[in-house]
Parts: sequence; structure tokens; C-alpha cells
Amino acid sequence: MADPLFRPGERVRVLKAYPLGHVRTPYYVRGCTGTVERVLGPFPNPEELAQMRDGLPALPLYRVRFLQKDVWPDYAGSANDVLEVEIFQHWLEKI
Amino acid sequence: MSDTGTYRPLSYFQLMEVTLRELLVEKGLVTEEEIAAEVEAMRNRGYERGSRVVARAWVDPEYKKRLLADGTKACEELGLEIPGLRLLVVENTPEVHNAIVCTLCSCYPRMLLGIPPDWYKSRNYRSRMVREPRAVLAEFGLHVSENVTIRVHDSTADMRYMVLPMRPAGADGWSEERLASIVSRDSMIGVAVPKGPND
Repeated sequence: MADPLFRPGERVRVLKAYPLGHVRTPYYVRGCTGTVERVLGPFPNPEELAQMRDGLPALPLYRVRFLQKDVWPDYAGSANDVLEVEIFQHWLEKI
Repeated sequence: MSDTGTYRPLSYFQLMEVTLRELLVEKGLVTEEEIAAEVEAMRNRGYERGSRVVARAWVDPEYKKRLLADGTKACEELGLEIPGLRLLVVENTPEVHNAIVCTLCSCYPRMLLGIPPDWYKSRNYRSRMVREPRAVLAEFGLHVSENVTIRVHDSTADMRYMVLPMRPAGADGWSEERLASIVSRDSMIGVAVPKGPND
């Protein structure tokens, strides 16, 4: 598999990209900045699997934690509330 | 009047399912009986397995540690067969309340909790749970204090999530079986909390 580029605690930004096809990165976090909560291990790339290919080499999958107020500027709840989303490595960049 | 007699042509996906099923049977890969048995098993699966896991974690701190470290292994330890399920258990504490959603589709730990409730698959829940979780939880009758952090988990890829709720006060000395009986499906999704004798 591809080597993990990020470690728990590192700050990352989700790419603000809008490719066609089957993508598991929700629209609402694209362009948002968060923190790697944990590395989940290698998983075949779902964008490739959806095209009937093998999705290999497997990509590191991360659980990224976002502060709600960094995702929704008008978020109404506590400033500490968070969202955690699984994101594949090729959707993340260092900041 | 209930609508029981109206003829409706098969939808695109229904037709695809029938076609695939008939082909698999025709080629001898599965039998009609096997398919029917599997459908029945899926329909009958409830959330009892999840409740059992939670109750064990409540009475056995070492088991709880293993459950939080590797949910899949800890379930297998109880003899639960959960093929293909990569389970992540997230723990509620006095400081953090967890809740699960799948915004992209309806990913759900079916092997532990059975078939997801209709509301879990609704557009309303899926779109609002990540955007205004406190308002959604309030609609379920769960009012979470501002001092408690809400952590919403969107199962967007390969993991499945289950909430480990807090053991309610006043349930000391209860047997594991009795504890399991108060662990509701909704409390393992995170839209409710188990009710103890004092609630």
C-alpha cells in the first residue's frame, strides 16, 4: 500500500475538488481543515472499485476530526462540538 | 384505504436484483432456498448482539479496553460472527456524547444492530445530524448539556460505528443480562441514552 503521510494529531486540509464519479469524501468537508484522529489502515480506493478496477495499491484511510464551527461558520451548538469523517489519503494535504 | 392491489412495474433496481438472482440460481451458484434463508436471517436480526457487547463492557473493564481498541476482535471474543465488519466503538463519557450517521448512504453495523430504522436512512436525519446535531437530538427527546461535547461520526468509508453508552446510575449489582435489557438500539446509535431505575 501507499505509505501513510500523516500522523495522529497532524493538521490536514481536505482538497476542494469536485471530480466526477463515486467519491466517499462528503461535499461539506471539502476545503475544511481538521486534525488526524487516527490512522485506520490501508483500504482499496473506492473511486477505482466503483469503476470495476481493483483499487490497488490500497490507500491509507484516516479519521479526521473537524471542529463544527470550522465546517459550518454559523454552527449553533458548543464551540467544542466536533465531527469525525473517514477520508482517504489522496484527499488530504498538509498545512 | 390501504393500497394492496395496485399493479406497479418493477423499478430499474428491482429488475436488476431479480435478473441477478435468477442468473445466480440458474448457474447453480446459490439456491432459492439459501437466498430465502439469508433474507429471513437478515430480517430477524435485531440489536440484541449490540446490547450484549455493551453490557459486557459495563461489567468488565478489561473487556471494555479491548472493545475500544479493536471492536471487531472484541465481538469475536464473545462468539459473535461479524464477517467483514470493521467496527469502531466510541465511548460516551460525562464530557463527550457520540452519535452516528452516514451522510452518503446508510452505512450501519447491521451484524450487531440489525436492519437500520427508517429514520436513519432518511434525508432529514442524514443531512441535519452533521449540521445541527443538538437540534436533532432534542427532537429525539435527548437534551445534551452545553458543557458536553457532541462528537458526530459520519461513516463515510470502510468502518462501522457503535456508541458505547454510559451505564446509568442505580444499576449497580445488576446481572449482565439485566443490563443488556436496558441497552436500546437508539442508545447505540447515540440518539438516546439507556434509562436506569432512577430515570
